[in-house]
Amino acid sequence: MSAESSVIRVNGTAVAPPGDPRVSLLDFLRETLGLHGTKKGCDQGGCGACTLLVDGERILSCLALAVQYTGRDVVTVEALADGDRLHPVQQAFIDHDGFQCGYCTPGQICSAIGMAGELERGVPSHVTEDLSAKRAELTAEELRERMSGNLCRCGAHNGIVAAIAKAHQAGQLSDSGRAAR
Amino acid sequence: MKPFVYKKAGTVAEAVRAGAAPGAKYLGGGTNLVDLMRETIEQPATLVDVTGLSSDIRRLRDGGLLIGAAVRNTELATHREVRTRYPVLTRAVVAGASGQIRNMATVGGNMLQRTRCAYFYDAKGSRCNKRNPGQGCDAIEGFNRMHAILGASSACVATHPSDMSVALAALDAVVHLDGPGGPREVPLTELHRLPGETPEVETVLRQGELVTAVELPPLSWAKRSTYRKVRDRASYAFALVSVAAAIDVRGGKVKEVRIALGGVAHKPWRAREAEAALSGGPATVKAFRAAAEAELADARPLRDNGFKVELAARTITAVLGELAGGVR
Repeated sequence: MSAESSVIRVNGTAVAPPGDPRVSLLDFLRETLGLHGTKKGCDQGGCGACTLLVDGERILSCLALAVQYTGRDVVTVEALADGDRLHPVQQAFIDHDGFQCGYCTPGQICSAIGMAGELERGVPSHVTEDLSAKRAELTAEELRERMSGNLCRCGAHNGIVAAIAKAHQAGQLSDSGRAAR
Repeated sequence: MKPFVYKKAGTVAEAVRAGAAPGAKYLGGGTNLVDLMRETIEQPATLVDVTGLSSDIRRLRDGGLLIGAAVRNTELATHREVRTRYPVLTRAVVAGASGQIRNMATVGGNMLQRTRCAYFYDAKGSRCNKRNPGQGCDAIEGFNRMHAILGASSACVATHPSDMSVALAALDAVVHLDGPGGPREVPLTELHRLPGETPEVETVLRQGELVTAVELPPLSWAKRSTYRKVRDRASYAFALVSVAAAIDVRGGKVKEVRIALGGVAHKPWRAREAEAALSGGPATVKAFRAAAEAELADARPLRDNGFKVELAARTITAVLGELAGGVR
């Protein structure tokens, strides 16, 4: 195995995977690396709070064994802002009241950024009518369907949808900042 | 979670060698298996990671497609030939799970995922013949609104949760396997078993066998195919009933038809009774309804899921009507 493929890159830094293969990517980030931005909600793939980006794609870190992610680029909510300048999607969540308690927010934001990449790559959704179209428009219906894997128990979904829609209209959703680099 | 040894396979041969060890299991995206391990329902001694194997989709000489077992659900649904030539498959994949899970889940793992029966999952509090053969089944007399109406047994009334596999059943897909006994092929409709007296045996896979690919036959008329999933909420929920169908209507007559049902049985349910009833006959709503009723004649609903019989009949009728376009 090459040196590159034996480590996990987390927010740009190479780290050795955990010795115990039982450790989830989520627990590895929170307990070993001290990155508490990624949240543990249900820990069984039902809520989306643990969503982060791997090679630009959104996944659930609670169902991911950390050892499976060597050679991959993991980006968490901690790496989205550029210094003191928030990522546009983070700013949009503030501007549009996209949260109440904030627990689901890192997952929502990472999910929205991952979703934008899927739209660009032409990934269809359950509500995409024309499967032959190269790319679906992010209508309100598409947005809600594509974000259905992220629950908000406070019920801030209206603000969340507004924040993501606004960031998308401003062309900032696909600008995944450091996540893209 | 019980301790286990993790191995990443670089080739099919390597995977099969590691997978032959007692207590070994193959690991795809982990979206179901990791959860089951955390609940101690699955306790593998070795996990053989096969996500590095066959992850491309290629066109075969006969015009069909060969889909590698490690292809992620998102890639499968997005592939241009899949979405244009086999829309039922794209529709089924995107009807399942969430965007995040579809990015992780593999084709092989999707087929081999286990039931979401709540009694199966409740390892501490419920009896289950799948978890503990011979123990009894708490679903049969329990809350069984989500459970099977076709092909169930007195030992198990669980349903298979996959959407993708229902589309594959309708498309006459063939599953490519490899294992200690060498490679072989099994039709998707014969991969999963009905529960009978041994509901813990869910597929015909032999010890150490690995799914390497799924083959779709050419089926030019599958362009006119779709998947409809009826569920308790609009997204991110398992099916109450789902229907995968493809139909070829010529001059008002049904030339070819394929129908499979999800959410109703221990396996993706290929509706051969309905297909036989329709074949060569008129493509009318009345005929579609009669065919659906023929398929469901043997349905045996439980206390809470009687609604599934009518729901399945109406969904089959509606989907065929939609595909046939403006028939009466």
